Formats: sequence, C-alpha cells, structure tokens
Amino acid sequence: MTAWLTPRNAAAAGVLALIALLPVYCALTGNYFLMSLFTRILILAMAAVSLNLIMGFGGMVSFGHAAYLGIGGYVMGILAKEGIGAGLIQWPLALAVSGLFALGVGALSLRTRGVYFIMITLAFTQMIYYVAIGLDRYGGDDGLTIYRRSSFGDTIDLSNRMQFYYLCLGLLLAVVYLVWRIVNSRFGMVIQGARSNDRRMRAIGFPTFRYRLVCFVISGAICGLAGVLLANHTAFISPAIMHWTRSGDLIVMAVLGGMGSVIGPVIGAVAFLVLEEGLSRLTEYWPIILGPMILLVVLYARGGIDGFLAGLRRG
Amino acid sequence: MVFSRGSAVAEPLLRVEGLTKRFGGVIASDDIMLEVAPGELHAIIGPNGAGKSTLIAQLGGELAPDAGRVWFDRHDITPLPPHARSALGLARSFQITSLFPDFTALDNVALAVQAHAGHSFRFWVDARRDPELRTPARAALARVGLEGRADTLVSRLSHGEHRQLELAMALATRPRMLLLDEPMAGLGPEESARAVTMLRELKQGLTILLIEHDMDAVFALADRISVLVYGRIIASGAPAAIRANREVRIAYLGEGVTDGR
Repeated sequence: MTAWLTPRNAAAAGVLALIALLPVYCALTGNYFLMSLFTRILILAMAAVSLNLIMGFGGMVSFGHAAYLGIGGYVMGILAKEGIGAGLIQWPLALAVSGLFALGVGALSLRTRGVYFIMITLAFTQMIYYVAIGLDRYGGDDGLTIYRRSSFGDTIDLSNRMQFYYLCLGLLLAVVYLVWRIVNSRFGMVIQGARSNDRRMRAIGFPTFRYRLVCFVISGAICGLAGVLLANHTAFISPAIMHWTRSGDLIVMAVLGGMGSVIGPVIGAVAFLVLEEGLSRLTEYWPIILGPMILLVVLYARGGIDGFLAGLRRG
Repeated sequence: MVFSRGSAVAEPLLRVEGLTKRFGGVIASDDIMLEVAPGELHAIIGPNGAGKSTLIAQLGGELAPDAGRVWFDRHDITPLPPHARSALGLARSFQITSLFPDFTALDNVALAVQAHAGHSFRFWVDARRDPELRTPARAALARVGLEGRADTLVSRLSHGEHRQLELAMALATRPRMLLLDEPMAGLGPEESARAVTMLRELKQGLTILLIEHDMDAVFALADRISVLVYGRIIASGAPAAIRANREVRIAYLGEGVTDGR
C-alpha cells in the first residue's frame, strides 16, 4: 500500500497548489492584502521549519528562536540605513551573524538539558531584545524603517510584490528540501539518535555535543534568512520581532503542524496564521478560541495536523 | 578473524593485571588477574555482589580502576574512554538494555556501524539507503536471528528481542572481542535456550568474556571459567575443574548462594 494518493499527500499538494496560484488570484482580483498575508506565512513557515530541525529532530526545545529572526532583520536594516543596499552583502552577512550568535548560545546552552535549556535560550533572546531597544541610532524601541529593500541588480526586484512572493516560496521549498536531506543523512541520524538516547550515543562513540552544536548553528542561520526576508517584507524592523511571545508562536506552529516531519511546521504556520487572521476578524477575543484549538491538537493529535493526516490512511 | 596459529603460546588478547577498585570501605575488585586467549569464551561467575558488573565496567572503560592495568592486544587501554576501546575492537553489550526506542531495529544497528565509519558530518546522502551502513547492519541482525524484525520499531520488540538487538549492535562494530554483561538476564527458558545456540555460533569467530548468572548456559558454553567472590578471583580453569573445585563449592553452597541480596 504505497499509493501516492494518501490524504496527507493530497492535502499537501492542494495547499501547495493554492499557495503557488495565490498571486494569480490576487492580481486578478486586486486583493493584495491576501498576498501580503501569505508572504508573511511563507517567511514564518521557514522560521518554524528551522526551529523544528533542532526541536523536533534534535530534541532541543529552543524558546528563543525569534532572536535569529531579529538578528537577520537587524543586520539587513542596519546595513540599509548605512547605505549598503546590495543583497549579496546583506544576506550572507545576516546568515553569518545569525549562525555566529547560534554558535555562542549553543556552546553554552547545549551543556544543559530540559527546562534549563529552554530557560537559557529564552534568556539569550531577552538579552538581545534589550540590546535592540538600546540601539538609539537604529530607532531603539520605536524600530527602524527600511527605505530600500535589498537590491540584486536586475535579476530580481524585491519591491515587486509578486516577485518577492515567489522568491519567498522558492526559498521556503529550498529550505524544506535542505532540511529533509539533512535529517535523513548520517548527520541527521546522529542528531536523532542523540534525542532518543544521548548516553548510549556517546557510549558507542559519537561525540554528540559537537553534532548538536552544528545543528543548532544551521538552524539559527536558516532562521536568520527568514529574518532578512521578514525585514524586506515589512520594510520595518523593531525589537518586537524578537519578543518572547514570537518565539512561542514558532513553537506552537511546529507543534500544531507536527514535529515529526519536515513539512509539518509549514502546515502549522499556515494553519496558525490563517486562523489568527480569520478569528481576529470575528472577535477581538480570538485567543480564547485559538488557545483551546491548539490544546485539542496537542492532546488528541500527537503528531500535529501532519501526523493526523498521515494516520488517516491507516485509520 | 586472524588467530596466531603459528606461535607456540598464543598471546592473550585481553590481560588484566592487579585490577583494584574500592567504593568507600568496600573492595569491589581486589587485585584481579585475568587472561583471555584469542578465540576463547571465558565466563566470569560469582554470587550477587561479587563485583562482576564493576569488573566489566572497568574493562569497558566506564569506570576507572584505582590500581592495575588492562591490556588489549598488547595495547595498554587502562586510560582509554569507552569509544576508544570500542574503536580498537573491544565491544560491550549492556546488562540494562539501552537502545533507541523510536528507531527501527535496523536503524539501531546501522547507528552502531556508523559510529565506526569515520565522522558523521555528512549532510546530504540518505543514510537509510547507504549500503556502507545498511549491509553490515543487516548482516549483524541476521547473525542474531532478528532479520525478520529489521523494520520494526524498537519500542514494539519483546524483551528477548531487545537483548538480541543489543548483541547485534555490539557485533555490528566488527569487534575482535565481546564483553557480554548477563545476556540472558530476564529471558524465559525458551529464549535462553535460543540465546545459548546463538552464542555458540558467535564464539566460532570471536573472543568473548561472558558474565552470566545462568549456570547451565555458562557450563554449556565456556572454554574457561573464573569465579569471582567478594572482588577476588578464587578459581580459574576449565568447566570440569571448576565444577570439582572445593573452594568454589563452598562459596556457592555457603554464604554466596542467596540471590538478590
């Protein structure tokens, strides 16, 4: 029974088709709000996928992943304000700085486990949050408006909403593919083995710390890329991007969509942000509805939405 | 397997000299001398609390002795950590099963193979389709009779199968010597009988140090037996000699016979 037409694949193909054709619909109807919403969804989905690489596969529950969104965004914003608009400088630098920050945070926090790990990652993010507030030259608490998006010469124009949308979609698919390769590689086996039984991994000869650290850095760098995209999308960056509730949102997206698969967090990001948007139009008390819904998924669909869809086949 | 067939007296593969370990006032290993020749299955027996697990932990490298030396294939391995010993070809199975529950049986063994296949900073090729890992892993599963359960999650395997899998993981690293810590513990009579058959096949190509409570199994399998009582080896020799040894009978029939103390 290895048929391709499972409920899960059908749902994935449907969502993908919807996302791929959305700009066409928007161009026809002139509803650019929807396109803007989905650009945001694609970007945050990328952040959630990066978080899930360490959380779902590596068992490292980082409660501070928004820091990398912020670092990527601020690197881009600061360079733009200082007159350096070239994407080929901004983007690699943003990835490098995010990765370096992850290296520092990981080197210290990966020595701890469980709740301590969660708290230390949160503490580092709070630290960088207040650093951003202290950046008076770059708007401090009020944030920084970015007047020019990253320029890539004539190849792609990020101010063009449709081009930017497809760039985000393409990058998201590339990241999903990359993470999928990583997870199934030898490296991925070590990461998952360390989640499952770290003591035994060390006993059979794997120095797991350095593997987990490299994984943490990869995850941070990918999330930094999402940060650059987010700053380009909103043309604005402020410390709020790194607020701890944003880190929480990313965890919820991964849990909601399903931590057991690479694609799960993408589904979770779509579901979470569409629900948030839809419910907030119905009532200003929308968290009262969204909260219990998430609770139900966590309690009754252990593998998230993706796990639920995958289970339908066997059902 | 290469045996030094030509030499007059075979050099022991494992040699233990004056191994001593104290926990507070208790001497768990008291000046232990031990030699295991290549190809030999050497069993260590002794009543509960005799220090068998402490001894194997020192041989495996998890516990550092207070005094004494351990030689493996003429290397002094006393200061080496577990993974370095395992790299030299000294593999160990665990008494308390310690596997990767959310992996399949084959994945577990493949991880053990991977641990000995150089570094794992390889990010692209699918490890589950890598014949360099899967072929030896399948072979190891077949040797312990688990090939039919290769794709079953470890959490769905029975206790007996967990023990078999432990053994497969030790075998997967292509060791020259196996340290087996009570491989029959918790097995039913039927499973025990199967384990004995399996170990008898394994000993064809391997040197084995076996710690075991099941006396029938020990006397059926061992080439030589050492008896450990209160951290001391009181007798060492062929099974028939051990069975006839007076000191051993006293130790077992006297104060040592009560299990679970």
